[in-house]
Amino acid sequence: MSLEGALAANRFGLGAKPGEIEAASTDPKGWLAAQLRQDDSAERFSKLETTPTLVADLVARQQACRAKDPDAIKAFAMETRALFLKEMAARFLNGFETAQPFRERLVWFWSNHFAVSISKAQSARFVGAFEREAIRPHATGKFADMLLAVEHHPAMQLYLDNAQSIGPDSMAGQLTGKGLNENLGREILELHTLGVEGGYSQTDVIALARILTGWSIDRGRGRPVARMMNAVAGSVADGGFRFYPARHEPGAKTLLERNYPQGYDGGVQALTDLAHHPATARHIATKLAIHFIADEPPPDSVKRLERAFLDSQGDLLKVSEALIAEPAAWQPLPGKVRSPVEYVTAALRIAGGDRIAMIDEKSIGPVIQSARAMGEMPFSAPSPKGWPDSASAWTGSDAVLERVEWGHAAAQKLGSQSDPVTLADEALGPLLEPETRTAIQRAASPAQGLALLFASPEFQRR
Amino acid sequence: MFDRRTFLKIGAACAAFVAAGARARFAHAALPDDRRFVVLILRGGLDGLAAVPAHGDPDYATLRGALALPKSGTGAPIDLDGFFGLHPSLHNLAEMWGEKELAIFHNVSTPYRDRSHFDAQNVLETGGLSPHRLGDGWLNRALQPLGLDGGSGALAVASSPPLLLDGPARVTSWIPSRMPAADEEFLSRVARLYARDAVFSTALKQGLETRAIAAQATHDVPNAGGNGPYGAVTSLMEGGGKILAAENGPRVGVFDVSGWDTHFNQGAGEGQLARRLAALDEGLAALKTALGPAWKRTVIVAASEFGRTVAVNGTGGTDHGTASIAFVLGGAVTGGTIHADWKGLKSSVLRDGRDLPAVTDTRAIFKGVLADHLGVAKKSLEELIFPDSATAAARKGIIRV
Repeated sequence: MSLEGALAANRFGLGAKPGEIEAASTDPKGWLAAQLRQDDSAERFSKLETTPTLVADLVARQQACRAKDPDAIKAFAMETRALFLKEMAARFLNGFETAQPFRERLVWFWSNHFAVSISKAQSARFVGAFEREAIRPHATGKFADMLLAVEHHPAMQLYLDNAQSIGPDSMAGQLTGKGLNENLGREILELHTLGVEGGYSQTDVIALARILTGWSIDRGRGRPVARMMNAVAGSVADGGFRFYPARHEPGAKTLLERNYPQGYDGGVQALTDLAHHPATARHIATKLAIHFIADEPPPDSVKRLERAFLDSQGDLLKVSEALIAEPAAWQPLPGKVRSPVEYVTAALRIAGGDRIAMIDEKSIGPVIQSARAMGEMPFSAPSPKGWPDSASAWTGSDAVLERVEWGHAAAQKLGSQSDPVTLADEALGPLLEPETRTAIQRAASPAQGLALLFASPEFQRR
Repeated sequence: MFDRRTFLKIGAACAAFVAAGARARFAHAALPDDRRFVVLILRGGLDGLAAVPAHGDPDYATLRGALALPKSGTGAPIDLDGFFGLHPSLHNLAEMWGEKELAIFHNVSTPYRDRSHFDAQNVLETGGLSPHRLGDGWLNRALQPLGLDGGSGALAVASSPPLLLDGPARVTSWIPSRMPAADEEFLSRVARLYARDAVFSTALKQGLETRAIAAQATHDVPNAGGNGPYGAVTSLMEGGGKILAAENGPRVGVFDVSGWDTHFNQGAGEGQLARRLAALDEGLAALKTALGPAWKRTVIVAASEFGRTVAVNGTGGTDHGTASIAFVLGGAVTGGTIHADWKGLKSSVLRDGRDLPAVTDTRAIFKGVLADHLGVAKKSLEELIFPDSATAAARKGIIRV
């Protein structure tokens, strides 16, 4: 087991499964690169609802919700919860089992970059489908394609209020007196593409919001007025998304000194241009370096990633390969502190054994609660900015105690079968410190030994 | 939730660590008495005009449209002075106003003038002139001159401290735990493993110290996220308040209350924002009760990163704006006053024709409290805690003398 093999499995991956460091050690970089061209996850996500079905169901239910029927509202909430638990069971199971942990880390990274949340009742049911449909297929594809898929997706349309945004001078705006909501326009510029230093103004925020008016969820046939408006030519519908020309602000718009024509295509062009903007390359390169290298990554690493993004027009396969080639990513620990979801995943990957196969929508509840208690409730980032990506976000005194206690409780359940010293070697290889190894050897029981492995600084970090 | 016995056991483990270490357990002796200071960060951009409506302004009803509160009947504001009122959800705050324990600042903003939540929160929390100019929180920098930098002098009611309390001075954090407890013997083994890792060893020690205080103070506090619509906020405020009230507890506290980013269906007398305000109101009342006798010597400042547009947006909500309000409450506050230099709501007065303009700098309020309530010297205020704040002189008259 080589140091680079251990870093490949932990720094780039989700924590080693037994045998993984050994397998990665022959050619650590090749082991990672191969994962960018494989994906074993499809089967684990095959039994979940797709967005068009969920949208149609939401639209059908809205009538009941409008009528304030308490039973219907309660049933809707319970169903949303059940959907979420199913999605989370599949997502965690994939994290515990996948043989492409680096690809999965990339999926989680992008999912957090384009954060959506269950905190908003309407978007809650779409968060799992969002990651499966808008993020996962593009994790090693083109950034522009991912951006387009994300901004079209009903989860994002609802989470950042664009589904209800209406051009004030559009037919719908004139009829209803309703108007613009600039939330999505702002967050696309600030969070999804250029970054807050990206050189845009309030005028650009409003311009992008206007460009994206008419982008919404597919409301089906709708009520009579809506039906009339939907009949206007130029409507585009796909995957639960629909462009409503009657809600779209007429006229060309100017964003970052470029003109975009009226209509759906103007939005696609604007997003495509934003995806290729130099500020976007810098923003994405910085975030990737922070995520995979260090809280304060070397500026040269950021520059090389930025260059890879620009040279490839945002080809995330090339950018991910540049990350593998980055020397700073192969420096030994301390590296980064694992987020709660990463920590739980790493523990289950090394010590979950046969129990992993039993993960389902019932048994996933406690896993989610555990991550929540440590400060990271999945798909509930505190804001559209996503979860913070620094040690200080996860190492408050309460958070560390929760992590230690979770490790202790988990080890009680997992730990009686295998020898904890062997598991520690398999989990960390040469990253395991001699003091930790000794402490595990001297533990009062195998379960306590495993709990010490989980609590150890080198397991808490990656 | 831990039961009391478990807490006490952990407390014993903690005492063992501290006895082994060289540090004093509590280091807040520099504060001469039992004064408390609490900051509530209202994340998301609170609509100040919804919380504290200028119902006497001739343009209020027209400009606010569907978001205007009715003049009378259900949903009408609680009148304060014939011109300003409180949102009807804020009845506990209204009571404090009556008891002269609540002061309100209107048209409050940090020096930040763009409209990003995250940069605005960065400025609110670092106390800098612009985002990311300062790397740590102003309240953390204040702990050293207060003699509260020993570890348990300041408490974040969160799993990890927010930026406001992040920095060189050691602080602690607490939320009600959901994990089954680990035994003392195991925790001492972990502490030995952490000896070579400063981040984890410090966090573990402080976590145990705070738990020990919490064990004595909060054994009857319901779990966070408890029942009812206000459960989570109320139980965190109640639990945090009890820890702050403890004789050997922290003197400075920080709470986060989010949920103010009301772009969509904000509501007026009822609705989304009304429910959130009710949760805040309920939580503040619970905090007052939990603080008990310490309330008399407490100042709480609740502030948001920015306000929202005056006019309703296209979706029944409001978009990111500039100035909001700040609540300053507590037994040590000169209450029953509203600090406003009201310029009206005409679009010529509004910033960019859309936002409440900024009149009072948030830093001036914080500086006033630090100076007059906690006795922080001017030099520390101007050079260490809020550098570049000459334009925001410490506000006088907030504290009862």
